[in-house]
Amino acid sequence: MRVTLHQDKCVASGQCVLAAQDVFDQRDEDGVAVLLDDNPPAEAHDDVRHAAAVCPALAITLAES
Amino acid sequence: MTDTLTDTSGDTGPEPAYPIDRSPRCPFSPPAGLRELQSTAPLRKVQLWDGSGAWLVTRYEELRALAQDPRISSDILRPGYPHVGVGSLERARRQTLFISMDDPAHARLRRLVTAPFAVKRIQAMRPEIQRLVDELIDTMLAGPCPANLVREFALPLPSLVICRLLGVPYADHAFFQRNSAALLNRNSADQATEAQRVLMDYLDQLVGEKLARPADDLLSALATGQVAAGLLERRELTAIAILLLVAGHETTANMISLGTLALLRHPDQLDALRATDDPARVAAAVEELLRHLTIVQSGLRRVALEDIEIGDRVIRAGEAVILAIDAANHDAAVFSEPDRLDLGRDARHHVAFGYGVHQCLGQQLARVELQVVYSTLYRRVPTLRLAADPTELPYKHDSIVYGVHELPVAW
Ligand code: SF4
Repeated sequence: MRVTLHQDKCVASGQCVLAAQDVFDQRDEDGVAVLLDDNPPAEAHDDVRHAAAVCPALAITLAES
Repeated sequence: MTDTLTDTSGDTGPEPAYPIDRSPRCPFSPPAGLRELQSTAPLRKVQLWDGSGAWLVTRYEELRALAQDPRISSDILRPGYPHVGVGSLERARRQTLFISMDDPAHARLRRLVTAPFAVKRIQAMRPEIQRLVDELIDTMLAGPCPANLVREFALPLPSLVICRLLGVPYADHAFFQRNSAALLNRNSADQATEAQRVLMDYLDQLVGEKLARPADDLLSALATGQVAAGLLERRELTAIAILLLVAGHETTANMISLGTLALLRHPDQLDALRATDDPARVAAAVEELLRHLTIVQSGLRRVALEDIEIGDRVIRAGEAVILAIDAANHDAAVFSEPDRLDLGRDARHHVAFGYGVHQCLGQQLARVELQVVYSTLYRRVPTLRLAADPTELPYKHDSIVYGVHELPVAW
């Protein structure tokens, strides 16, 4: 799975961090999401899919392989 | 979807009025009329208080699609925008909040205040919130029984927390708690307009004090970092302060009192919550209560910028759109048996905080406050019970945010 994060769209809601703490974090200055791992391990996939589904700004896109 | 949008009983006849009243016998559930529209006509013209029309969106799927559709505007000053009540336009002209603006103006202001609401920053506040919760419970238990849970606990907690974060002196709480509530009244123009005026004066003066004597709080940081540098106008900061102060008060307070009422009326769910010390189960319970109660009861207000086709309907440019998040959170296509409070379900994809770029900024703060409350109050006060007839409680029917004005409890 390849994760892409569009930071320009992010509204810093933190939903992705709640859903998948090992894959997403937020910048200290403005809360904008940062991607910690663009190729997360299989056991994180459900959480990452959930993160993409709840992101209110549609800032996370996934390419499943 | 198209087949359900063809004419059915709920889709013809005169436009129903919106908001739809809850039944006095069932003040606790989403209005039956709203559920009826959802099942018969998920996209339906309704009539607002001033006689104008708006498209009411009641289903989860369409609601999420429209909430992040760039052809939908949140600009409260745009012609066609569905105002929530008399006086709303006048207040918006005096002071627009970033929740009522479109990008890039919205994004510019919102980004200034997002940092303190990030997940980790809020989680770092948990011990402090726990301490406040414990203290408030001690005080309530030391006072007379029965007590009014709203006044003794549900309102003071979020009030203390948001005051600290913003740097508003809690000593003035009676004043701004009263005016926060008045500002959300959708029927009384005079009350809400007067509340706006006094809050603007109060917060403008406070911003002045922060500029002169900055402290370690958000308003000081914005005053010295942004206003002093000419990056933010002082009146913009006052508007930010009002928004965060009002939003920080009424929402969480109503979730605490209404959530407690819901749990007291579902003893099996309350027992299960009391029995667990697993933070993940408490967090799930909070999401389900947010979904089930969806206290923002008059919908998210929008106006179409272009024609938008949905099924066999077209929302025309300039027409009003109302996204009924309370109905969407009870959409049986997404949440099975939606009217059942089930703390064990996965409700994390609810839309109680809205959806799209305007999704609630303070949601992580609300979550942590509610998680601490729901995992502490009922354990520390195991005999907590309602000291009034639930059908006779003073419910907030005329406010944008639903809840109870008072909640008498005993222990
Ligand atoms: S969920 Fe989306 S909007 Fe929220 S912080 Fe993550 S990327 Fe940003």
